[in-house]
Amino acid sequence: MGAPVIELSEVTKIYRTGDVELRALDGVSLRIDEGEFVAVMGSSGSGKSTLMNIVGCLDRPTTGSYVLAGRGVAGIRRNELARIRNRTLGFVFQQFNLLARTSALENVELPLEYAGLGAKARRKKATDALARVGLDRRLEHHPNQLSGGQQQRVAIARAIVNDPKVILADEPTGALDSRTSIDVMAILQELWRSGITVVVVTHEPDVARFASRVIVMRDGRVLSDRSQQAARAVPSEHDGSNT
Amino acid sequence: MNPIQTLRVALRAILRNKLRAFLTTLGIVIGVGAVIAMMAIGAGAKQRVEEAFAAMGTNVLIILPGSTSSGGVRGGFGSMPTLTWDDLAAVRSDVPTVKVAAPTLRSSMPVISEVQNWTTSITGTSPEYFDIRNWPIALGSAITQSDVDGGTKVIVLGQTVVDKLYGSNSNPVGQMVRVGNTPFQVVGVVTRKGQSATGQDYDDAAFIPFTTFARKVQGGLGKYLQGSIMVAATSSATTSRAQQDITALLRERHHTGAGEDDDFSIRNLAEIASAQQQGTETMTMLLASVAAVSLLVGGIGIMNIMLVSVTERTREIGIRMAVGAEPHHILVQFLIEALSLSVAGGLIGVALGVGAAVWIAARLQWPMLIQPDVIAVSVGFSAIVGIVFGIYPARKASQLDPIDALRFE
Repeated sequence: MGAPVIELSEVTKIYRTGDVELRALDGVSLRIDEGEFVAVMGSSGSGKSTLMNIVGCLDRPTTGSYVLAGRGVAGIRRNELARIRNRTLGFVFQQFNLLARTSALENVELPLEYAGLGAKARRKKATDALARVGLDRRLEHHPNQLSGGQQQRVAIARAIVNDPKVILADEPTGALDSRTSIDVMAILQELWRSGITVVVVTHEPDVARFASRVIVMRDGRVLSDRSQQAARAVPSEHDGSNT
Repeated sequence: MNPIQTLRVALRAILRNKLRAFLTTLGIVIGVGAVIAMMAIGAGAKQRVEEAFAAMGTNVLIILPGSTSSGGVRGGFGSMPTLTWDDLAAVRSDVPTVKVAAPTLRSSMPVISEVQNWTTSITGTSPEYFDIRNWPIALGSAITQSDVDGGTKVIVLGQTVVDKLYGSNSNPVGQMVRVGNTPFQVVGVVTRKGQSATGQDYDDAAFIPFTTFARKVQGGLGKYLQGSIMVAATSSATTSRAQQDITALLRERHHTGAGEDDDFSIRNLAEIASAQQQGTETMTMLLASVAAVSLLVGGIGIMNIMLVSVTERTREIGIRMAVGAEPHHILVQFLIEALSLSVAGGLIGVALGVGAAVWIAARLQWPMLIQPDVIAVSVGFSAIVGIVFGIYPARKASQLDPIDALRFE
């Protein structure tokens, strides 16, 4: 569809604990183009989380090269990685990972603070992002005043607020019931349709069916990689903001 | 992220745990408070000593006659009159660094008014005395030169003597009193001078012309001056010089050989004052450094709590890193938090220290002096404590691995 946004070639990640060597990734080559919705599947220990960490610039590969949005990032310094996470990537986690006792608005503003935006611009962008996930009436709520689905939507707003190229979601529905899961997937699909590349790590086939491409990992290698017709996620009737 | 945002984040983190923050800063609060209180009281004590000696005059020298020495038993200074009236005249005229000099002949005698009596120290002296002592006349007039020349029976009273004889706030000028059996007319009262550093009441005294004193008390004006000489140097800077010059002059006049001891002694009040001041300063520094140790302990307390805080907030650090916080952002965030704690502690400590100093001063009637530079140094020092003890936890936070931090439960 578009230009490559993620290109991994022969990426390995080896963890050493004493004499034991664990090959979490064993020569993974992968290309994800702009505008794809990729689901990465696999059982635990398959290397999908390690892959996610490397793609998300939270970790660096032991060997191999990784080009993100045209820029080689395999060997760069921690500060640079932080800047790339801030500007190019958006994260959504299973446990939401919102700052406690901090309002939804301030949580969403967080990446913009590190990007160095002024208070006014931050507030506007954060409000817009929250509106995009349907939470424009929950700006001042703290995470403990929001339902799981709402918290995950705040997390998605935080992921998109700095206009990233790629959204990385690690088990985004793992802590949600099935109906709320579909709501969250519907939002991710909407973002995908607006042009953002979405990568979801999941072990649930029910979630993977909403993606346009499914990659299955096993023992640190890519087992299968196929494109598919993405099933449309239809949000439930209620607006989700009351649960 | 700009400094104001960072400060806000730090303050919010502190306010989330108010009790803990307060207990953490307590070490700094007590440390700074103790330093401020000690320094204020110490400076007050120093000022009191300074004032006491300024009241005496820092340019004042006292020449005491020498000692007797017979059969190996040596009397103290003043046990034998070695100073002559001619010595006094020579000191006045021949030493350029001497401004004025006055004889002081002393005896303790009862002063009797019409209704009361009071035994006090009677000093026979000349008009210069009040100038040397920097002691103005409150009522009436001082002893004049013509009183000295004529040996008139006039007396100037100290405030305590006035209080004892006539009651406080009365004006005795013109009244007659008897000193021993001799009637004197009160011509003046000197202003209240208060107590000396050793607690002696300066105001418990009365003054008469030295000629009258010699004649009525000492049985006549002989060759020798039966007392001491009080000298004012031209300034406090020339006091030491004057001391040397007078020593040389008197040794020459007394024909003292090169190897022989002086047959007189000169007390330099400025030297005594500076020795006393050094004593108080040493004491102050000692107390303040003990207090400063508690600042150090306070710093360790801050480090301890910051380490706990970093561990507790590992996940928060992970989140911040995931959304783009660079290591230095995290470092600054925790450093500012430590700094805010220590500076807040410092400011509370200043308030507490000033309060304690005022309270102690009021309770013990002890003077105190709050110096702005001490406050600035204390707050500055507590800021340094915050940075020094905050840097290790902050570095630890900034070097966390984002993946581990995010996984931390």
